[in-house]
Amino acid sequence: MRQSRLHVPHPPARPGEKPDFSYVRISAPGAVARPDTRVPAVEIEALGTEMVRVLDEQGQAVGPWNPHLEPEDLQVALRHMLLTRLFDDRMQRMQRQGRISFYMKSTGEEAVAVAQAMALQPGDMLFPSYRTQGLFIVRGKSLVDLMCQCLSNTHDMCRGRQMPIMYHSAASNIFSISGNLATQFPQAVGWAMAAAIKGEDHIAAAWIGEGSSAEADFHHALTFAAVYQAPVILNVVNNQWAISSFQGFAGGERRTFAQRGPGYGIPGVRVDGNDFLAVYAVTQWAAERARASGGPTLIELVTYRAAAHSTSDDPSRYRPKEEWQAWPLGDPIQRLKEHLIHLGEWSQERHQGLEKELEAHVTACWKEAVTYGTLTEGPSLDPLSMFEDVFHEMPPNLQHQREELRRLMQERAGATAAASGGLDVAGEG
Amino acid sequence: MARMNMVQAINSGLDVMLGRDQRVVVFGEDVGYFGGVFRCTDGLQRKHGEHRVLDTPISEGGIVAAAIGMGVNGLRPVAEIQFADYIYPAFDQIVSELARLRYRTAGEFSAPVTIRTPCGGGIRGGQTHSQSPEGVFTHVCGIKVVMPSNPYDAKGLLISSIEDEDPVVFFEPKRLYNGPFDGDPHKPAVPWSTHPKGEVPDGHYTVPIGKAEIVRPGSEVTVLTYGTMVHVVEAAVRLAQADAEIIDVRSMVPLDTDTLCTSVCKTGRCVIVHEATRFSGFGAELSATVQEECFWHLEAPIARVTGWDTPYPHAFEWDYFPGPQRIIAAIQSVMEAR
Repeated sequence: MRQSRLHVPHPPARPGEKPDFSYVRISAPGAVARPDTRVPAVEIEALGTEMVRVLDEQGQAVGPWNPHLEPEDLQVALRHMLLTRLFDDRMQRMQRQGRISFYMKSTGEEAVAVAQAMALQPGDMLFPSYRTQGLFIVRGKSLVDLMCQCLSNTHDMCRGRQMPIMYHSAASNIFSISGNLATQFPQAVGWAMAAAIKGEDHIAAAWIGEGSSAEADFHHALTFAAVYQAPVILNVVNNQWAISSFQGFAGGERRTFAQRGPGYGIPGVRVDGNDFLAVYAVTQWAAERARASGGPTLIELVTYRAAAHSTSDDPSRYRPKEEWQAWPLGDPIQRLKEHLIHLGEWSQERHQGLEKELEAHVTACWKEAVTYGTLTEGPSLDPLSMFEDVFHEMPPNLQHQREELRRLMQERAGATAAASGGLDVAGEG
Repeated sequence: MARMNMVQAINSGLDVMLGRDQRVVVFGEDVGYFGGVFRCTDGLQRKHGEHRVLDTPISEGGIVAAAIGMGVNGLRPVAEIQFADYIYPAFDQIVSELARLRYRTAGEFSAPVTIRTPCGGGIRGGQTHSQSPEGVFTHVCGIKVVMPSNPYDAKGLLISSIEDEDPVVFFEPKRLYNGPFDGDPHKPAVPWSTHPKGEVPDGHYTVPIGKAEIVRPGSEVTVLTYGTMVHVVEAAVRLAQADAEIIDVRSMVPLDTDTLCTSVCKTGRCVIVHEATRFSGFGAELSATVQEECFWHLEAPIARVTGWDTPYPHAFEWDYFPGPQRIIAAIQSVMEAR
């Protein structure tokens, strides 16, 4: 057999090797021009290769993309990001203690969901991925509700039907998270098309990871968005890793993910995903464009997945342990904190105070959530409810199956009652 | 009342719903300006505007995904998949998303999408324009699956599908678009104008989803069938001179078990006929249901007449098609069994 000529992508560093992020092209803070939102996509293709950044090394906001937010807004943002991180940490621990079956942290990527949700309007529809829990936090969904979903307890919004973290909230205009990746991308486009058909101003935004941009749904979404100029923001969160596959396996070795936009006639904007101000500004730009019938925008948010893919994953098997420390774009929470301190609107003490307050809040929420039950301790959901919501009205076959399960449950309850009533069940054989 | 073929009846159903309900949007490949490759949407864009009757990219996955998003945003999308054979790129969106959205969100989100798609063979379509994949979709919980066999049912069931709160996959047996087909390709085509079910009200009416129809009452044997095969079975029964009760299942999900099983319990014999392949086909579900519900009334084993378990071959269409010869043989063997 001849030697293979196939190119197989390799990440720059494996466990035990020195982390190397020289492949990440980084623009200087403030260096990228901010075009008018009405400029045609073809004139701004460079936005797909450069990187929009606002925060510099000294914690100053610089350049044309500075959104000039009020310090109060930045403090709220910091609070949301910190709460997201502390919530994640707690849920990870609860999984390790066996209280929930599964969890996925967004550590290191908190600026993505928090800044983007803050830059959008409450009536805009969000189509989340599984690592955008910050969207729910910004939109005011209570941690208790999120925890109850993870616990599949009596207050679970999904009524015990979904794995942990597959939240939704119709009241908050946040769509349901699917375990099948990227399916929400073209759905968001359909939602946006409907908004346009109805003549409404609301826009849609959707998030996927760079890994699932390889799915056909990505292509469907960009095609439909471009064809109908749908008012939608399509976000690719490039956190470098899709479980164990580095971004090269999604095609990142040749072009940036943002550069795919211009191929469809859609502006592609590449942004420092750990820079709260830059993410906010870019989202605001895309939203303004979409609202003014300027069509869709593809945003690539360059960040790093600091934690494992999920509680079922062990990244030390495939990447250097100290990779996050070497990540050139830093930690989004630290960077916003430094900016606020630089503005004289924050301090180390206030930060520690906020951490303490939010820790206590998370603890109080968890204590409340478990009173509604856990997977192993009551109160419990009624298993007979599993037959509901398959259809709007329950068809006869499901009614029959529900009655069958009801009988089985009654038999079990009867057997348990008989056993506890002192019958010598073991002796019957 | 008007005389309509199945294409006109479907067109009329869409027209009525576009007129009655501003939430209804109709889209698919070649559906808009041109009016569809089978003409089912002819004239609708001109009448209702290009924002409600749209052409789409050739992207079945995108069509269904967009329909879901539109449904979530308050519209009632009617998506056309040009041939049922092309539906598979949309399979994940139908199975994992459309069918489960209500369930996974405990009723907070749902998308009342209707997916129309022409199915079945007998039109020289080969293996990529002849399939009958209804059984694949009946195996998915959360979507309704229907297949009309005549213009009256087509319009009534289509209106029911669009008005339904749940997603519906609406199969259109394309061999029946222009006339009832008795299974003999060598006979001159018969138009719907002479058939009682070709008489279709102009306005709004519904045929309920979940109700089978007794097409021909009989006492000796029950034949369960749907789509194109309803008419082939009618012809076969005439030739066999059997007093067969022919039931057009019409709605596969939900299934009208009562009508089906009441008939089989009465006749004691059952033949199941569909054009789709046999192995794990919808006939297997029908057979199992009849066995469970009617076992003590059965005088003979249940027989199935179906397409062979091969792809639909272009050159051997009429050897593949489960025509009258095979149906008559099945009826006779079931009748003779003791």
